[in-house]
Amino acid sequence: MARIIKNRQIIEDHWQTTADDVELPTGSVLISWARWNRERAALLARDEPLGVQLPNTTNIADLTADLPHWQVVALEFPKFADGRAYSQARLLRERYGYQGEIRAVGDVLRDQLAFMARSGFDAFAVRADRSLEDALAAFSEFSESYQPAADQPLPLYRRGR
Amino acid sequence: MYQYDQYDQTLVNERVAQFRDQVQRYLAGELTDDEFRPLRLMNGLYLQRHAPMLRIAIPYGLLSTRQLRTLAYIARRYDRGYGHFTTRQNIQYNWPKLEETPDILAELAQVEMHAIQTSGNCIRNVTADHLSGVAPDEREDPRIYCEIIRQWSTFHPEFSYLPRKFKIAVTGAAHDRAAAQVHDIGLNLLHNAEGEIGFRVLVGGGLGRTPIIGQVIREFLPQRDLLSYLEAILRVYNQYGRRDNIYKARIKILVKALGTAHFREQVETEWGYIKDSGLTLDTAEVERVRRYFTPPPYEPDAAGDPGFEPWQQDDPAFAAWVRHNVADHKVAGYRNVFVALKTPGVAPGDLTADQMDAVADLADRYSFGQIRVTHHQNLLLPDVRQADLYPLWNALAAQKLATPVIGTLADMICCPGLDFCSLASASSLAIAHQINEKFDRLDDLYDLGELRLNLSGCMNACGHHHVGHIGILGVDKKGEEWYQISLGGSSENDVTLGDILGPSVPKAEVANTLERVLHVYVEQRQDGERFLDTFRRIGLDPFRARAYIAKPEAIVPRKPRATQQPAVEAA
Ligand code: HEM
Ligand code: SF4
Repeated sequence: MARIIKNRQIIEDHWQTTADDVELPTGSVLISWARWNRERAALLARDEPLGVQLPNTTNIADLTADLPHWQVVALEFPKFADGRAYSQARLLRERYGYQGEIRAVGDVLRDQLAFMARSGFDAFAVRADRSLEDALAAFSEFSESYQPAADQPLPLYRRGR
Repeated sequence: MYQYDQYDQTLVNERVAQFRDQVQRYLAGELTDDEFRPLRLMNGLYLQRHAPMLRIAIPYGLLSTRQLRTLAYIARRYDRGYGHFTTRQNIQYNWPKLEETPDILAELAQVEMHAIQTSGNCIRNVTADHLSGVAPDEREDPRIYCEIIRQWSTFHPEFSYLPRKFKIAVTGAAHDRAAAQVHDIGLNLLHNAEGEIGFRVLVGGGLGRTPIIGQVIREFLPQRDLLSYLEAILRVYNQYGRRDNIYKARIKILVKALGTAHFREQVETEWGYIKDSGLTLDTAEVERVRRYFTPPPYEPDAAGDPGFEPWQQDDPAFAAWVRHNVADHKVAGYRNVFVALKTPGVAPGDLTADQMDAVADLADRYSFGQIRVTHHQNLLLPDVRQADLYPLWNALAAQKLATPVIGTLADMICCPGLDFCSLASASSLAIAHQINEKFDRLDDLYDLGELRLNLSGCMNACGHHHVGHIGILGVDKKGEEWYQISLGGSSENDVTLGDILGPSVPKAEVANTLERVLHVYVEQRQDGERFLDTFRRIGLDPFRARAYIAKPEAIVPRKPRATQQPAVEAA
């Protein structure tokens, strides 16, 4: 089982991923957005924990009816410099009140984790060739922030500055 | 001037520590070049032709004397004794060592400075009118809002990996001195009919290889909505800006593709969700920041000084300097003094460490300890008593900083070009030098009147050539340096992109061609007309018809003159 960072700790990941054309195993599965669209009814009937991985071009506003069925939303960083998923995460948390796990997948590296966390990500599938232990340091590099985000609805100046 | 509190200071200190760690990991091979690149760029560090280049932010152009002395110290201790002021109110050092950059940032942090977001695909150093707070035609002071924007945009978690760089400029006067219309976002402070403060919001301006003038998407945005509206614009851009092609990734391309009306609709829809949120700017915060920008203790009787007029009558050189390098001030008896970084033979915008120290001393003595950096690559001492102008002029002249050419052909904007920049197609500093040599008589410069000459060494347009009254663009033709000339551009209220004169000219012919163009102007101008006015009246054709008529031998590229700068080359 792969390890990920969840809530700033290293844990074993129990979510299973499979190719779209393979029959789903029992237990928690993380599936693609395409599969969700194709097999929506069957997946809802399955009654097991479900997570969906969204391309970073998906419009979050179109998903509001689906969100209650998902325990995990995985958002993609095809390259770490492609920052679209930061906006998706904030919308999920701040506008649509999503409470489940938001997981960063793809080119997920230490030096972007703090921004991801502020945007609402709480789980990080750090790229396999990198140390998760090292990556944990990312969360404590900054002790404050100026602007509101998913982790903090008020700007610094309204927090007793 | 804004002063850091414990929070600002902590954040900047933490940034230094973070960057130090990143540099160490890079040197240890734990970060690849590709992974390190955006991290170093977000700390202003480029890898250039000869050495790294470090770009340091001078937020909205304000410097204290303590800060300027630190810049001088850094130039001496970590560089080759000089720095280069850019059009975007930054300073660049051309020769730092990569391993020492964390130490440089630590020195800067001690004087409330940093290199945060001076490059990279993030929200860059916010720029403003260099006469903010001292201009006679000012409606509201941009500095307050620039500081508020600086804080909001610093380490913005959502907008640090945008499709491309993002530049915001703020003006608060009738006259646009910050080229706000060619920025990704331009904000003009104004009042509505009820006298409330707000902003006209322009989006999608920019130069580079596709120059576009910004479009107004809101005529009046109330002050309280400033940050929520900016956030809405950036969120639309972050999600829909192109990422497949670096040349089409700026917001201007998105605005063009969607059309201004549709883009505006998207922004307004997004804004509808967040306009009443933690982003709403409360008046108390605006007033808190405003208190940092209270005017200095002006002397009420400064205008009563009797010496200023006689000095000008007695000393024509002083009078010429006053005419060109001194601008009006909103307070009677005070003036704004340009410190001209346009000494012939020196790269426009370059200043040595000794000169920096000297300017700091003069600012302490004559302008309440403050210095500004201008879009035209000069410095400015705001708040000088008219009684002090004469001694100040003498002192600046002793430092070679009183060349009386502000606003003339010699007051060029010029990028580093081939001498330093790895993206360059051709040199730009050598052309600036060639033009200085050709037009080396002050009387000629004065006769040519107000002229904006902007030079870029490649189509990235760092030297703003599209919006110079005359623009010069370096192009590479089979390994040779050629130059395309354009006429009629402006970055001010009457913003215009220049028209290309015709075929590009070889390196040795640039100043000659310019001379012929300016002859047409001198012949055709009507009373008091600037070059730009004449161009607008008579159009491109008369210039084109004469620009290329030369003695045959002049067309053959001559042996280039000694145009490099020895100080730089030899060091
Ligand atoms: C020497 C290293 C430099 C490099 C590698 C560099 C790189 C670039 C690039 C690639 C662009 C085009 C951006 C685009 O079209 O999207 C650009 C634009 C610009 N740069 Fe530079 N630059 C450098 C130095 C400077 C200097 C010294 C100045 C000021 C004198 C400057 C000011 C600007 C400005 C004002 C723009 C235009 C922004 C726009 O496109 O609207 N840069 N730079
Ligand atoms: S215009 Fe081109 S040559 Fe000049 S600094 Fe910019 S990128 Fe370099």
